[in-house]
Amino acid sequence: MSTQTRLTIPDSAPYRLSDTLLSWEFILVLLLAAVFVLGTVLSPYFLDIWTLSDATFNFSEKAIVALPMALLILTREIDLSVAAIIALASLAMGLCAGLGYGPWSLAVIGMLVGLLCGIFNGVLVTKIGLPSIVVTIGTMSLFRGLAQVILGDQAVTTYPAGFSNFGQGYLIKWPPIANSFGLFLLLALIFAVVLHRTATGRRLFAIGNNPTAALFSGVPVDRMKLALFSLTGLMAGLAAVLLTSRIGSTRSNIALGWELDIITMVILGGVSIAGGVGSIGGVVLAVFVLGLATLALSLINVPGIVISVLMGFLLITSIAAPILIRRVMGLRN
Amino acid sequence: MKNLLRNREAALAIVIGLMVAGISAYAPAFLSLQNISFLLDDISILLMMALAQMMVILTRGIDLSVASNVALSGMISASLAQYYPELPVITYIALAIAVGTLLGLFNALLIARLAIPPIVVTLGTLAIFRGLIVVYDKGNQVNASEMGEVFQRFPKMPLLGVTTTFWIMVVIACCFWVFLNKTRTGRELYAVGGNPVAARYCGINIGQKEVLVYTVSGAIAGLCGYLWVARYGVAYSEIASGFELTVIAACVIGGVSIAGGVGSVPGALLGGLFLGIIVNALPVMQVTPFWQMAISGLVILAAVIINARSERRIGKLILPEARQTGSAT
Repeated sequence: MSTQTRLTIPDSAPYRLSDTLLSWEFILVLLLAAVFVLGTVLSPYFLDIWTLSDATFNFSEKAIVALPMALLILTREIDLSVAAIIALASLAMGLCAGLGYGPWSLAVIGMLVGLLCGIFNGVLVTKIGLPSIVVTIGTMSLFRGLAQVILGDQAVTTYPAGFSNFGQGYLIKWPPIANSFGLFLLLALIFAVVLHRTATGRRLFAIGNNPTAALFSGVPVDRMKLALFSLTGLMAGLAAVLLTSRIGSTRSNIALGWELDIITMVILGGVSIAGGVGSIGGVVLAVFVLGLATLALSLINVPGIVISVLMGFLLITSIAAPILIRRVMGLRN
Repeated sequence: MKNLLRNREAALAIVIGLMVAGISAYAPAFLSLQNISFLLDDISILLMMALAQMMVILTRGIDLSVASNVALSGMISASLAQYYPELPVITYIALAIAVGTLLGLFNALLIARLAIPPIVVTLGTLAIFRGLIVVYDKGNQVNASEMGEVFQRFPKMPLLGVTTTFWIMVVIACCFWVFLNKTRTGRELYAVGGNPVAARYCGINIGQKEVLVYTVSGAIAGLCGYLWVARYGVAYSEIASGFELTVIAACVIGGVSIAGGVGSVPGALLGGLFLGIIVNALPVMQVTPFWQMAISGLVILAAVIINARSERRIGKLILPEARQTGSAT
């Protein structure tokens, strides 16, 4: 028998260095390094373990909601009502605190209200088949509106002793890791394992790439989406517990506008709004980039709204830059 | 009657009629000429922006930056009035529209040329435009006393019992109706949203249409920026905050499909009117304004649920004329 030349079909396209160099996570690592260098140069207080630890308080609650939001956007859905859910959950805790519930019961109540709100969104999207962006614009008004109706311009400021521990306490004393930050890291690990190492995770990518094909391949698309909306509600409830406990008061405008910050984290994290592309690692990196950039800028007394301009530019340029580079260099997408 | 109920705009008009009847039965003052005139003036900005937003949504896009655009172009126009209070009013309006158009063009180029999803671009520019106000004026505000009389008088001038603002809205609504129904480009917008792939095979330049809709959306936002600032007599970084969602809500209530390709000028106008009536009726009905948000949330949900149902029933009929002529032969 003579040896035959056989045509081999590779499993994936041949490796090119430019793929790694232009991969989203690599760009984010570069950005993060740049933020670290800039922060250290700009302010002598930046590279201090306590400064960094304090900074985590400002983004951990949002970051916790960003994790399930990443999964939602991955499956071509979105939840604009998360900040309103936080407000409603915080209100429920405030009312129940007035009735004399203890800290742990309050935490359970907050998360339960969040879960219920999430289920409500999920049912409207999956059972009635409505577009999630419209549903959640509606529930965003509804949830925060309910908080406004009940609270008006009043505030709840009395919480039982010990409640402040959730949002202000530390999980580990040294190095100082706040409860909210530790919880975020733990949840990020769980989300990463589920999304990237389990069949459930692969199914989520399948739904995002092609919902119809996923359905015909036996993926319970609606049930999984319902679960994701519920999970997002639950995490928003958890964020409400941490936030309410941290600031010790509830107003109807609590967490106003957070949905945009959270979605910015997810999109900067490389999750495609068109669905099917994204990683938890990217989202975690984006959380750090945004959180530390905010810290560095506030250390040199840049006003908050100017920081938000820079974050907007960061979002657009970080997405536009790889597209431009690919186009200029004539590389494949 | 059945046809009338199936027609989304007619159904919405009936609901609005019933609502107005109910409100005025409870509080007759609601139907006073003075109140109607106030209402028409009050909703005009919302209606104009709903029309522009509808055009964007028709192409499967979304423009979240409109409220920030209103604030920024209003601010720049007001600061011109602050330093040169005696210029003819058209200069202030032209400047606001020019600024708005530029901001819209910025969105348009990112969306059409770089193919970044509209929601991402306008989410970014929502933060950027509003923040630029503070960068521009260092956090100061321009008050009514600083803007001058010329700047503020124009939108409030009465004409046939209603303000100029309302008549501007009427003219713009007519332009939109003619453009979307009677011109080739207008019909092509429906084609792009209805089926982008088919539209491209028909030779429609989708990128060009996107540039058009986002630029027009910016221009209208610029105009509304002037009207807003002149009407309320103050320009600062927080004006119209969150208004983009009210505008989108008006579209959704008016039957504009977020999936693209479905929407009409009367629909968007009625959607805005519906929201405007609710907001204005609450004080008349002696309900605390705190109910406003919750009620509009419920209305949005009800509207999408009803629209989803009616869409399912009638199916997709793209060319009603074609069926009529087909059955006649």
